[in-house]
Amino acid sequence: MTLIHARGLVKRFGDFTAVDGIDVDVQRGEAFGFLGPNGAGKSSTMRMIGCVSPPTDGVLRILDKDPRHDGPAIRARLGVCPQLDNLDLELTVRENLTTYARFFGIPRKVARARADELLDFVQLTERADSKVEPLSGGMKRRLTIARALVNEPDIVLLDEPTTGLDPQARHLVWERLFRLKQQGVTLVLTTHYMDEAEQLCDRLVVMDGGRIVAEGSPRALIERYSTREVVELRFDTESQEVFADKLAGVGERLEVLPDRILLYVADGDDAVAQVQRRALSPAGVLIRRSSLEDVFLHLTGRTLVD
Amino acid sequence: MTRYVLEYHLVSYRRIWRSSVLSSFVLPLLTMLGFGVGVGAYVTGGVDGVPYLDWMVPGLIASTAVQVAIGDSAWPVLGGFAWQRIYFGQAAAPLRIADILDGHLAFVVFRTLTSCVAFLVVAAAFGTMHSWWALATLPIAALVGLAVATPTFAYAATIRVDSYLAVLFRLGVIPMSLFSGVFFPVGSLPGPLRWIAYALPLWHGVDLSRAATLGVAPAWSPVGHVLYLALWAGAGWLLAHRQFGRRLVV
Repeated sequence: MTLIHARGLVKRFGDFTAVDGIDVDVQRGEAFGFLGPNGAGKSSTMRMIGCVSPPTDGVLRILDKDPRHDGPAIRARLGVCPQLDNLDLELTVRENLTTYARFFGIPRKVARARADELLDFVQLTERADSKVEPLSGGMKRRLTIARALVNEPDIVLLDEPTTGLDPQARHLVWERLFRLKQQGVTLVLTTHYMDEAEQLCDRLVVMDGGRIVAEGSPRALIERYSTREVVELRFDTESQEVFADKLAGVGERLEVLPDRILLYVADGDDAVAQVQRRALSPAGVLIRRSSLEDVFLHLTGRTLVD
Repeated sequence: MTRYVLEYHLVSYRRIWRSSVLSSFVLPLLTMLGFGVGVGAYVTGGVDGVPYLDWMVPGLIASTAVQVAIGDSAWPVLGGFAWQRIYFGQAAAPLRIADILDGHLAFVVFRTLTSCVAFLVVAAAFGTMHSWWALATLPIAALVGLAVATPTFAYAATIRVDSYLAVLFRLGVIPMSLFSGVFFPVGSLPGPLRWIAYALPLWHGVDLSRAATLGVAPAWSPVGHVLYLALWAGAGWLLAHRQFGRRLVV
């Protein structure tokens, strides 16, 4: 069953086109990701799906309803974890959940029971009666996720769920999201962390400049847009540039960075052997599997966007 | 749906209600002593045939309604967009803009009413109430509170930093409180200033409140006062609704 269906979806702000005609389908039970650099149009897309931003043009149907007319009915079945937490810092952790549950018309008693379950799920039971303000970033984020689940939503929208969290906090959030995925909850998330996308997404689209530039599973994208392996060579000189010519023809693609050269190759060991046959002796050699990050940088470029 | 939003604000208020109730009583008590007894001692002839304190108290009740309504609208609304961003959380739930707005306005009216009840009780204890009509000051306070709260919501939803709120208080709230017939009759103002007082909401609340506590007829037709205040409330609501929409649905 298709929960989110978009065709030629456009969002313009005045002269600026944030989302420039994208096609997306998200199926029930899927974990779907929007990847892209800042300004790619991910958040604008999420806000349209969240029914707080009317599309400028194109078709958008969510849960088989039209967000232009059925906003409240759709939002009743969505869970939203925004990029910036908007918790009430002066309420307690539990009150944040119970008051929010009431916005969905959930009876008080049910709201309290559900709050307790969710606090257990995001491991905040011990902090249930403390105020939100002193909580760490990771705890606040988990609470925001719990709040997004309070109405037992059909779709959970997560806009950069782990941005700004330390590694431990990120892994805990991932682990909780993975549990949700196992329970069959449909997750739609945006991220610019490649490891996050690889860990969580069944399928994803890479966005750049408001358009979708690639689509598929993380594995399929790597196969299509990168090579199986990447060799990173480091030469002991001021400039890596001079070695680029000498390496021509090794592997499918070569990229020169200030501190190293990347060779995109099918077989790393074979490539290193070729390098040695050319009598080149790099100070450092690293063979690694290609990652979504390579795909991402290949598709969206290395230039800083903001 | 509006009631769920009101409920949220009440839960939020529960943490501070004790200190808030205390200050609701302290303020009128201090004004009663300072202005009424202190200043009143110099106004030996009274005003309009009643002691100065009795004449001034109903104006202060209306003025309190305005102060509380604007104070509880200004920073909380700005913060709802700019600081804690609670409105964005509410907009993601199945609430309409009108639910979010009305729920918060209902809370502001609740705060206005509780503050005015405190004032009324203290003032009655000082024997300044001349008629049972005095109870009508409460619905009047609610109305004048709404008449200033809705435009304040619209304003606070438009600005991005709170220095603009200081401007609102210095150029709007304080002059209005001083020149709306609370402390001296509007009739003693020079012509143009008098018309500004008539145009602003507070004087209409003051005139109605004073008529109620003294048990006399107001200077203007009560229906006219009520309609004029309702006009402020309604126009402010439309502006606030538009601004909330602009911020929350983009």
